[in-house]
Amino acid sequence: MEESQIKVPVIPELTKEDFVSDQMVKWCPGCGDHAILSSVEKVFPKLGIRKEDFVVVSGIGCSSRFPYYMNTYGIHGIHGRAAAIATGVKIANPELSVWMITGDGDCLAIGGNHFIHVVRRNLDINIILFNNKIYGLTKGQYSPTTPKNAITKTSPQGTFEVPFNPGELVIGAQGTFFARATDSDPKMMVDVLFEAAKHKGTSVIEILQNCVIFSNKVHELITSKETKEDNQLHLKNGKPMLFGEEKDKGIILRGTKLEVAKLGENRVTEKQVLIHNQSDPDPGIHNMLARMTPPEFPIALGVIRAIEQETYEEAMTDSIVVAKNTSPLKSVDDLLISGNIWEI
Amino acid sequence: MTHKKNHVVEIDDVVVRFAGDSGDGIQLTGSLFSDSAAYAGNDFATFPDYPSEIRAPQGTIAGVSGFQVHFGHNNIHTSGDLADVLVAMNPASLRASLKWAEKDAILIVDSDAFIEKGIIKAGYDKNPLEDNSLVGYNLIKAPISRLTKEAVKDLGVEHKAALRCKNMFALGIVLYLFNRKLDSTNAFFEEKFKSNPLIVDVNKKVLKAGFIFAENVEAINSTFRVQPAKLKKGKYRNITGNIATAWGFLAASERSGRKLFLGSYPITPASEILQELTKHKQFSVKAFQAEDEIAGICSSLGASFAGSLAVTSTSGPGLSLKSEAIGLAVMTELPIVIVDVQRSGPSTGIPTKSEQTDLFQALFGRNGECPTIVLSAISSSDCFYSAYEASKLALEHMTPVILLSDGALANGSEVFKIPKVVDLPVINPPVVEPNDPDFKPYRRDENKLSRYWAIPGTEGLRHRIGGLEKENITGNVSSDPLNHQLMVKLRDDKIKRVANYIPEQEIIGNDSGELLVVSWGSTYGVMLTAVERMQEKGKDISLAHFKYINPLPKNTKEIFSKFKKIIVCELNNGQFVFYLKMNLPEFKYEQYNKIQGLPFMVSELKEKFSSLLNE
Repeated sequence: MEESQIKVPVIPELTKEDFVSDQMVKWCPGCGDHAILSSVEKVFPKLGIRKEDFVVVSGIGCSSRFPYYMNTYGIHGIHGRAAAIATGVKIANPELSVWMITGDGDCLAIGGNHFIHVVRRNLDINIILFNNKIYGLTKGQYSPTTPKNAITKTSPQGTFEVPFNPGELVIGAQGTFFARATDSDPKMMVDVLFEAAKHKGTSVIEILQNCVIFSNKVHELITSKETKEDNQLHLKNGKPMLFGEEKDKGIILRGTKLEVAKLGENRVTEKQVLIHNQSDPDPGIHNMLARMTPPEFPIALGVIRAIEQETYEEAMTDSIVVAKNTSPLKSVDDLLISGNIWEI
Repeated sequence: MTHKKNHVVEIDDVVVRFAGDSGDGIQLTGSLFSDSAAYAGNDFATFPDYPSEIRAPQGTIAGVSGFQVHFGHNNIHTSGDLADVLVAMNPASLRASLKWAEKDAILIVDSDAFIEKGIIKAGYDKNPLEDNSLVGYNLIKAPISRLTKEAVKDLGVEHKAALRCKNMFALGIVLYLFNRKLDSTNAFFEEKFKSNPLIVDVNKKVLKAGFIFAENVEAINSTFRVQPAKLKKGKYRNITGNIATAWGFLAASERSGRKLFLGSYPITPASEILQELTKHKQFSVKAFQAEDEIAGICSSLGASFAGSLAVTSTSGPGLSLKSEAIGLAVMTELPIVIVDVQRSGPSTGIPTKSEQTDLFQALFGRNGECPTIVLSAISSSDCFYSAYEASKLALEHMTPVILLSDGALANGSEVFKIPKVVDLPVINPPVVEPNDPDFKPYRRDENKLSRYWAIPGTEGLRHRIGGLEKENITGNVSSDPLNHQLMVKLRDDKIKRVANYIPEQEIIGNDSGELLVVSWGSTYGVMLTAVERMQEKGKDISLAHFKYINPLPKNTKEIFSKFKKIIVCELNNGQFVFYLKMNLPEFKYEQYNKIQGLPFMVSELKEKFSSLLNE
């Protein structure tokens, strides 16, 4: 695994079946995780990466059983630590395609510290964050994304806590990629997973995932047939931010704030509607988009932010190359006899 | 008053202690003096003794930083009990350090610092240089501050900048006292300050001024000479435990062909291991400063999964934080070395003081049935071999290894005979070849019981591992009751079988007799010195000093059975003795424990052993 090793260019054509493991999938019937697994199995064969070069890493929780269901190299870690484990895998061998699977509790509560730091370092790994706004595997306690006042097993009178918005957290932690999709839209999931895989740097994909047992319909307003058109904004880079069944509503900037405007009303035309620029280094609009929440705003889906920046492992590899070229020490023996030594 | 001394006293060994404010550069002075001992061919060992505050209030007892050097013509195994020469840069350092000096020691003090303010700050009522309280000592009152300023007045440096070099004046005095040359110290200035020739000049002038002062002052009426040590032929260097540890891993990486990955979070007294390894990218070392202790070990475990020689370094509080991840390493049976440079605890404890109090934590501090290999470095230079050995055991047995060092080893230094990497034992990690048709994640080597290492990127070996209980051989998730018991036994047996791959325990002295002294880890030098001195006096005493703690060497029971009395000595409240009672309950153990954040002294050990022999 020399840094300079040239990868075999010919990769046999892969299919979904190459990535299905022989283990029985043990998520609840109707759980959103099934759809996410299926999307990932669809994306992996299309990435032009050898199947031996995928590593799937997870922490603890329902979603974190994911590696067992993927026929790749995989490591099911301990609670909250997937980001740290994935960091080690990627730094040790930057050739690997590293995917981290985590939930809102695993990633943002017990793993919050590792999460912000992996994002800040911009390692080229992909983080799929299953956000069902509840602790599922421990049976129904509130999580860092549970809405305020929600009644759960540990908040019988409603939570007192203000929830995290994962997108805001990513942007605040100097993140270079954030995308969002719902578990009920496989096409969009596949699209954002492709974009994430393409992005060089830490990609965070928040999937709004439904837990049928403990937070069923928590994303109902966003995902139900009746309301989704008015509550979903599908972002496309370079395209105006239009939504609604007739695509007659748009996001405009009024002063320093975003606003929903109906085209034709109050002399608003399509010209005033914001054009999405996912690669704008200034995170201002990206942050506002990430914060948009129904019913006041549609939720922003698709790639919200994708900017170019050096990755941690690139910088590390470069500095190793420089050291190898410049250091007079070619072996540990050289080191042992360097500096102040004497002979008897 | 000028008179050259021609009276030179030959001595076998001597202990010099430098003490001053924590901003006085005492650690540098001490290490430069030990370099000069190396240069003169002496054997030596050092002991830095410093506060955890970076700059505690000036002139106070709390801010005293010390550095002790023991050097000699014969083999030196300890940094010495009491100082024969004490250098005290201010009243506080004299007051704090006098108890570490012989009653007839040479005291070299900066008399300019003994002004009322400093005297009161140190807690003295009167000036101790004037009140006859130091009768019996050979007191050398040197106006170090004034003469330092005077020495460099022509160079145009400010008083404040000049005074920063006063430690070099003191060093000059001590170098004269031991008939040293100034060459090695001057060479250091030239290298260290090569971008600033003025600073080189200032330091050289001050050093020389100290040397000349000593030559001329009447209070020094003879000098001392320590002949070169009778060391084996070879190349030597001075090395601290932390540097030796880092280099041991580099050697293991080179020898095993596995890239070295260190995931670590800064903590006293272990940080130098991380700092040192960040310097060696030319060997493809990836040293990762993690966001916390947990990320330190978890990143290492990820790197281990990906095929690296994975290491994490920490001290006691950090080991606590790593416990859960060590459990994951035990369950996934991945190789990883966890270095615990022990310090005084519990909790934050006394961060800069050394203890052997993490043994229980290393052996038992995890959930579930969770055995690991535990070994302990026994001297600063042995840290090199211990780090190498820990890597070899981790890689070949596919298991976490906890390597115990401690503050005394980590910061202490001694003479290190430089080995050749090719002479170190071969390391053969059980890496699986691509497309091996027999590969199963938890298939095991039938002798070692270790599983095999299938590294991501390798064709035909995709598999999943994790913290959930594994089905034997397949590695699939399993909660089957009988499988769980089988796996617990396999993991336990795997570690027990390591005893077949480590050396038998050695005894220093007769292999049977009246008293067996048992000790482990960093106390080796002082135990050896105490026991050898008593053996020289014809006492029936032997030493078994342990490096391998879990598993214990196979012949431990046999050794113990041949002595009438066994005494276990350790710098804790009795952890190893507890472990021995658990494993070998058939023996009766005496114990001797010291928990003061300080090393044993040869004198106190001899006293204890004598009383046992006379019972």
